[in-house]
Amino acid sequence: MAAAVAAPATPLLSLHDASVRFGDVIAVRDASLVVGRGEAVAIVGANGSGKTTLLRLLHGVVPHSGTRDVDAAAASQAMVFQRPFLLRLSVRRNLLVALWLGARGLAARERAARADEALARVGLQALADRPARALSGGEQQRLALARSWSVRPSILFLDEPTANLDPSAKKEVESLLAGFIAEGMTIVMSTHNLGQAKRLATRIVYMDGGRIGADLPTAEFFAERLGGRADLFLKGDLSWSLE
Amino acid sequence: MSAVAESIGTALRLIAEADPALVRTVTLSFAVSGGACLAAAWLGLLAGAWLAAARFAGRRVVLLGLDTLLALPSVVVGLVVYLSFSRSGPLGEWGILFTPTAMVIAQTILVLPIIAALSHQVVADGLREGGDQLRSMGASRLLAALLMLLHQRWAVATLLLAAFGRAVSEVGAVMIVGGNIDGVTRVMTTAIALETSKGDLPLALALGIVLLAVVALINAVIAVMSHGRGVPAVEWR
Repeated sequence: MAAAVAAPATPLLSLHDASVRFGDVIAVRDASLVVGRGEAVAIVGANGSGKTTLLRLLHGVVPHSGTRDVDAAAASQAMVFQRPFLLRLSVRRNLLVALWLGARGLAARERAARADEALARVGLQALADRPARALSGGEQQRLALARSWSVRPSILFLDEPTANLDPSAKKEVESLLAGFIAEGMTIVMSTHNLGQAKRLATRIVYMDGGRIGADLPTAEFFAERLGGRADLFLKGDLSWSLE
Repeated sequence: MSAVAESIGTALRLIAEADPALVRTVTLSFAVSGGACLAAAWLGLLAGAWLAAARFAGRRVVLLGLDTLLALPSVVVGLVVYLSFSRSGPLGEWGILFTPTAMVIAQTILVLPIIAALSHQVVADGLREGGDQLRSMGASRLLAALLMLLHQRWAVATLLLAAFGRAVSEVGAVMIVGGNIDGVTRVMTTAIALETSKGDLPLALALGIVLLAVVALINAVIAVMSHGRGVPAVEWR
């Protein structure tokens, strides 16, 4: 299968022959990838194909061989996890802690204003004083998005952000992501949901057995016959998840 | 009325009338054990968080040693502190043997491993759940561990209460380093031991009832705090 590489806009982040090894297992092998400013990249692939590891590699939180270059403009990054970890604090305090950690230069008053703005952005103002862990799954994921958005990241990484959500919560999260993308935020997300990838992404990276099998603009990825396992993956997944 | 029933009646009267000797002893007990727990909390919580965050050669040995110290006999602590602060000891010139300060130091040493080991467990459990995400948000390993103390604050409060319960009910260390001097270093446990040996059962019983009430209150507070808050069980490993 051809691993066609889409040419990105101004590069923010790049990998060159990067590999991640967990003991004897090579989770990502010789990955070369460039993420450009304003792109929405979806990493797709079967279970165990290395999607999440590639995402973490791009985020810089796993030890790796090869090269990972980050443009100075992409110094601020944030990641939303499949199951967001929320501190046993109120919704608002969770945001304030995230801002304290991720935007150290901000004054307390500015952090408070940003937190309020982020809550408004994801529609959680009314729940600001509620314990964060008492929120529903969808609300927790919206809080996680607010937490990441509030630090104004150059790149937002998302690991299966809607995997555990019901259809309505899924729709809410997707709509927020679509808004972030429309505002020009660079997004890299892993997802099982090809429909979601088609709706949100400008570019698809297909992972197969730890290798990048294809890297194409979204329209091309879904239009082209990629051949081999990629076609099987698309056929199998499209049958149940493409809406 | 039997002697025991009479003693219980007198004991209850001493409590009801807030007998000055009883109040003084109870107050000193709280001051010594509270001070020891406060000191041990500062050191122990920081040590527990650091041990949960740090990665260094020999960490497992340190944790094994800490677990061993959970069973530290109070008389051994008393003996070590006594030897350190006795006139011929390395810290003899401080002149604090047979003072409440020495008792606080002894009880701090006694409960420090409890607080450090249990807080390590609590923080490590929290880091397994959310450590990666906190670090992804910009926290260092140590900062993530310290945030876990805040996140798990009910479990931390529970372990501090357990440590206070251990301190306030021990007799060996405070007897050796305090000397059980009336009005100066006499605490509930040493007073109970002395009054029982003297045959003054009412005062010993009154102190015993107060001590039991304190321990029961601590357990009740722990149960209330743990209920419905998702507080992880704090277990002796």
